[in-house]
Amino acid sequence: MEFIMELGQYMIANYQELLNLAWEHILMVAYGIGLALLIGVPLGVIAAKVNWLAPIILSLVNILQLIPSLAMLALLMLYFGFGFKTVVIGLLFYSLLPIVRNTYVGIKEVDESIIEAGVGNGMTPLQLLYKIQFPLSIPFLMAGIRLAAVIAISVATIGPYIGAGGLGKEIISGISLQSDVKIYAGAIPATIIAILADFILGKVEQKSKKRMAA
Amino acid sequence: MELLQDYIAFWADKYASIFDYMLEHVLISLTVAIISIVFTIPLAVWMTKMKSTKLRSFIFNIANIFQTIPTIALLAIMIPIFGIGFTPAIVALFLYALLPLLRNTYSGMESIDQEVVEAAKGMGFTSFQRIVKIELPIALPYIMSGIRVTSVYIISWTTLAALIGAGGLGDLVLAGIGYNDTFMIFTGAFLAIIIALILDFVLATVENKLIKL
Repeated sequence: MEFIMELGQYMIANYQELLNLAWEHILMVAYGIGLALLIGVPLGVIAAKVNWLAPIILSLVNILQLIPSLAMLALLMLYFGFGFKTVVIGLLFYSLLPIVRNTYVGIKEVDESIIEAGVGNGMTPLQLLYKIQFPLSIPFLMAGIRLAAVIAISVATIGPYIGAGGLGKEIISGISLQSDVKIYAGAIPATIIAILADFILGKVEQKSKKRMAA
Repeated sequence: MELLQDYIAFWADKYASIFDYMLEHVLISLTVAIISIVFTIPLAVWMTKMKSTKLRSFIFNIANIFQTIPTIALLAIMIPIFGIGFTPAIVALFLYALLPLLRNTYSGMESIDQEVVEAAKGMGFTSFQRIVKIELPIALPYIMSGIRVTSVYIISWTTLAALIGAGGLGDLVLAGIGYNDTFMIFTGAFLAIIIALILDFVLATVENKLIKL
């Protein structure tokens, strides 16, 4: 009980700083996922369209996912230096797998008869992609973004080890100062952000599914 | 070329401690994997048998929340409770491994054709015999792929256990960040990936053998 009081006092006293760290955390994740979308969606489309490239692209992003997050960030740090930018690149790599895979699966899942109907209407392959296959794959893509967001929020917590900010800063200084209050002051907001992101993106995903069904 | 020579010299110099880190890593991962398999598979089997859907979705939600918590946050939360070192790392990684194992075992048990179960009932199997002799063998492919995926993840997560003083290859990476030593970071990352790939291969082989039986 006493601990909760202490934690509450600490969080109220430092709320400005905690808010800044949380904002930085969210910003890193948003940039990382934004870049992953820019690169991952075209990669997924290529994998779905060019059959022989699909196994290469998919296993490549799969291997990226296998690299332990701490090691990935550390290796990137050697080339890109300390700080925000490096973490964003790391998050981009980590978010690629769910986004590429789900774009690929989404496009592959489009019903043959719908595509036939499109071809029958005289659509070119590019029109087919833009007007039919891609819009129909959006619910899958949304599920991928949701997964990517949860992973990215988790990986971003390691950012302070390579000189970036974010809520991990509070947790890590808590670990090294052996301050339970600091640990929880970082861990609780980070957890809340992750759970909220999962919940909100889950709702968006359901909505996009419903729109497809309608 | 020079780089390669330097790297070989690095190994010659440090192979004993690298080997220790690796052993520690494997030890932590295996402990977590075994504990989670022993605990989660019976839990999942029990969940398929329970009548109350509320309790079932409650358990799934809890496992889902653990999975959502950032890894370091979960590891750090354990420190005030269990201190630093081996135990908190095991507990945190176990909570992390719950969901993938639970989900795979559960969907494996759910995929069983009810007619098979009915036939077993008709032949006078008790419910325990049914689970051991009929249902688990049928669900085995799902369960094995769950174990495989989870074990590979556990190897990767264990790297983070070094942050709360549990050791393992993460220590090598952390030391590498501290000394700005490329070789250390690279070796830690590389070995963790190799262990994960070997484990994936071994479990895939076991999986194929078991399914053929």
